[in-house]
Amino acid sequence: MATLWVGSRKGLFRFERDAAGWQSAGPPAFLAEPVSAFLDDARDGALYVSLYHGHFGCKLHRSDDRGLTWVELPSPAYPRSDAPDAPALEFIWCFAPGGADEPGVLWAGTLPGGLFKSTDRGQTWVLNAALWNVPGREAWFGAGYDHPGVHSICVDPRDSRHIVIAVSIGGVWITRDGGDSWVIGGYGLRNEYMPPDQAQTPEVQDVHLMAACVSDPDRMWAQHHNGIFVSDDGGMNWRESLGVKPSNFGFAVAPHPTDRDRAWFAPAQKDEFRVPVGGRLVVTETRDGGVTFASLSNGLPQGDACDLIYRHALVIDHTGQRLAMGSTTGGLWVSEDQGAHWQLLSAHLPPIACLTFAP
Amino acid sequence: MARVRFTSHLVRHRPAPMIEAAGATVAEVLAAGLAGDDLLRSYVLDEQGRLRKHVAIYLDGTVIADRLRLSDPVAPQSEIYVLQALSGG
Repeated sequence: MATLWVGSRKGLFRFERDAAGWQSAGPPAFLAEPVSAFLDDARDGALYVSLYHGHFGCKLHRSDDRGLTWVELPSPAYPRSDAPDAPALEFIWCFAPGGADEPGVLWAGTLPGGLFKSTDRGQTWVLNAALWNVPGREAWFGAGYDHPGVHSICVDPRDSRHIVIAVSIGGVWITRDGGDSWVIGGYGLRNEYMPPDQAQTPEVQDVHLMAACVSDPDRMWAQHHNGIFVSDDGGMNWRESLGVKPSNFGFAVAPHPTDRDRAWFAPAQKDEFRVPVGGRLVVTETRDGGVTFASLSNGLPQGDACDLIYRHALVIDHTGQRLAMGSTTGGLWVSEDQGAHWQLLSAHLPPIACLTFAP
Repeated sequence: MARVRFTSHLVRHRPAPMIEAAGATVAEVLAAGLAGDDLLRSYVLDEQGRLRKHVAIYLDGTVIADRLRLSDPVAPQSEIYVLQALSGG
């Protein structure tokens, strides 16, 4: 049995795999509500979902019975201020559980540009003031939204106080003291749409998603607006993968959990087009640390496809065997052989924001 | 006391019965009427106390003027409606 959670524009869907194969597990939770982030916490089995209500704000819900019932929790809130332009939560872009030694600790990345921490399973949240006030963040700016946002949170499984985050647009930031202080990383990233003298400024790097190899967290991957980058020192320094075909543009990356040199990407035609190159949807895979890439297409649409894969919609399970991919046009595929073959689970879902395999 | 009614679209997400509360301004009425229900409050106001961007409040038939501080004056028999713009696809 395996479970795949699908966070979509119109609710949280669930697919189950049994001996007969993959199938929908029934109507979605929160039908019609846009899901912006989801977490299946392996430490205690709790589920967290954030909903991005158009009128009533971003809301947070938790389930302690694997989705049978949900309880609404207070959403992260920015500190109170009398300033007319004081920040307020737009939406939660990602969750990350704290370390195995930190039961109840959760992190949430938000717009505008916030990192929140909960120590009580989401019941209360506190904005990380050190990052909010870090020198250099005045250079951040929004990408596709009015404000910058935190979309990637990598907690080091060897040391829960070592956390690396990525911001669109605001680069890569590293703490080694649990968030009390932050330093900028991302040296070697290159943002070619900036003025030439700013292209390598760390604070304006447009990382679309950053993820680490679970068994070797110093190996990190970034699908950047400008291409694919690899780090061997936990996000401080990066090198660019060159000559990636059919495109080095995309949003998502799924690193193999134990093979540090292996990762999958979902390319698109950059950058105002944002559709599969030539209408052919493919996944690219590297097995040599980003030096060479293979294009995987077996089972994926190879003509007139307009599927774009958002940053949290290409995922791999803990075994490293099973991949899932969901698109902006409601396509959902699973591969059970590391991308060699893909199976269409649905072509009729709402736009997909995030996928999660149950741990 | 003023009476506050909420759109059925909000009731879909949270229990939001009609409330009666005293106050000299819309902000005071909502503060009194929603005391103890921070979750419902968060559907109407953001964490800075501002009216949410796509929510509207009608006070005795007129949309309120002050969306930031909700300082519009309220009479004891005022009727307040919390609405939202319809959109989507």
